[in-house]
Amino acid sequence: MIDLATYAFTGIGLVFFVAGTVGLLRFPDVFSRLHALTKADNLGLGFIALGVALQAETWRQVAMIAVIWALALLAAGTVSQLIARDALIKRDGR
Amino acid sequence: MTLWLTGVAVGVLCTLGFALLRVWHGPGRADRMMAAQLSGTAGVAALVLLAPMQDWAALDVALLLALFGALAAVGFVKATSSDGGGDPEEVDIGADTPDPTDRNADD
Repeated sequence: MIDLATYAFTGIGLVFFVAGTVGLLRFPDVFSRLHALTKADNLGLGFIALGVALQAETWRQVAMIAVIWALALLAAGTVSQLIARDALIKRDGR
Repeated sequence: MTLWLTGVAVGVLCTLGFALLRVWHGPGRADRMMAAQLSGTAGVAALVLLAPMQDWAALDVALLLALFGALAAVGFVKATSSDGGGDPEEVDIGADTPDPTDRNADD
């Protein structure tokens, strides 16, 4: 049963990853690409982490996976702000 | 199970490969930085997927990669204006940048 859940979650995670990358390639504007990058990929990472967490033997591994995903979320939030500011300055030429 | 996890890891790395198209094509610097950020996230996902198959120590590596991905973006922003983090409220961005060809120069 747990294996079935792992299959499902990692599959969904991969779908979101592909969606994020397709968004990164296809979107017309820098800022819309940022949306695709930070949101879709982190959701994909979250599902993959959830799928793998079901396979973990000890609680330390589950905690480590949770910490990884939390750090990835924090990093994506701040990184997208920084990159968006830099792109904004570049575009406005200020 | 191992076959499935390997397949998903290969899929994630394929998305990383497609992201390199954005690095090559990306008109602006921000686009290339985004693709580098994506490679960080995809690397973390691949490592997390490898952990149950190979060795659970891969989780520590994934944690470090996630950290370095964030710091890379900070380095990118700091390269443009050494004082402000690309802060729009900053009075004169890059004022202390000795580089005369700075974008704020009134050419």
